[in-house]
Amino acid sequence: MQEDNGAIRKMMIILSKATLENVYAGFVLANGARMEGIEAEIFFTFFGLEAIHKKKLNDLHIATVGNPAMHMPTLLGGLPGVEALATSMMKKEMEKLDIPDVREFLDILSASGVKLWACKLAMDMFHYNREDMIDELDGILTVGDFYRQGAGVGTHMLFI
Amino acid sequence: MEKQIAGKTISVNEEGFMTDFSQWDKAVGEALAAENNLQLTPRHWEVIEYIQKEYKNDVPLSIRKIGKSGVVDIKEFYELFPVAPLKTATKIAGIPKPVSCI
Repeated sequence: MQEDNGAIRKMMIILSKATLENVYAGFVLANGARMEGIEAEIFFTFFGLEAIHKKKLNDLHIATVGNPAMHMPTLLGGLPGVEALATSMMKKEMEKLDIPDVREFLDILSASGVKLWACKLAMDMFHYNREDMIDELDGILTVGDFYRQGAGVGTHMLFI
Repeated sequence: MEKQIAGKTISVNEEGFMTDFSQWDKAVGEALAAENNLQLTPRHWEVIEYIQKEYKNDVPLSIRKIGKSGVVDIKEFYELFPVAPLKTATKIAGIPKPVSCI
C-alpha cells in the first residue's frame, strides 16, 4: 500500500438517482464518513438533483418497478398507489430507526461539513436555477471542478 | 487491556474506549482529550456531561440525537470535536463507542 496504509481520507460521492433508496445510500455513506473523521462531498447529477431541489426533495419515492428486492411482480409495482404505499411504509420504518427524512438529513450533512455540489450540465439540462435548489448548496460545478475537489491522497469516488 | 493515564490505571478496549466507567474521572477525561489533541473548555464539558447522562439512561447516541439535544447543534458539535465527533466525545466521556450509523 501507499502512504497511510491506504486509509480513506475523503469520499467523493456522485448521486445520479433520486429514488429514496439511492439517496439514502449516498447520504448515509457521506454522513458515516464525517462521523469517522473522513471528509465527504456529494455531487448531485441528473435525477440526483431532485434530492436538493426545494420543491421535489420532500416527494422522493422508492422504486417498486425494476427493483427485484421488492419481491413484487413488476405489474403490481406499477399499479397506482403501490409506489406511494411502499414509500410510506419505508419512511415509517426509517423513523423507527432514528433515520431523518431527506430535508433533515440535508441539514445534518451540511452542518457536519459535507460539501454539496450540483452538476452544471444537469442543471442546464433540466432548466434548474440556483434559487430552485436548497440554500445549503455549496455551488454548481463542472465535472472537471469536481475532480479537482477530489485531489489528494486517500480520496475515493463512488457513483450511485 | 490496561492503560496508565492521569496517575490511574484504566481498562480500555483495542480502540481505546474505556470498559469500566467507574474508573473515569474528570482528570482521566482531560488526559484522554489531550491524547486526541483537544483542550476541554466548559462547552466541551457540557456536551460530555450530556452524553454521559444519556448513556446512564440507556439512550442510544447518534449525531441526530445530539443535534436535537438542545445542548449543542451538529455544527458546533463538529467544531468542538472536529475529528469523528461522536467517537471522540464518547471516548473522552469514558463510555462505549456508539453503534449508530447516523
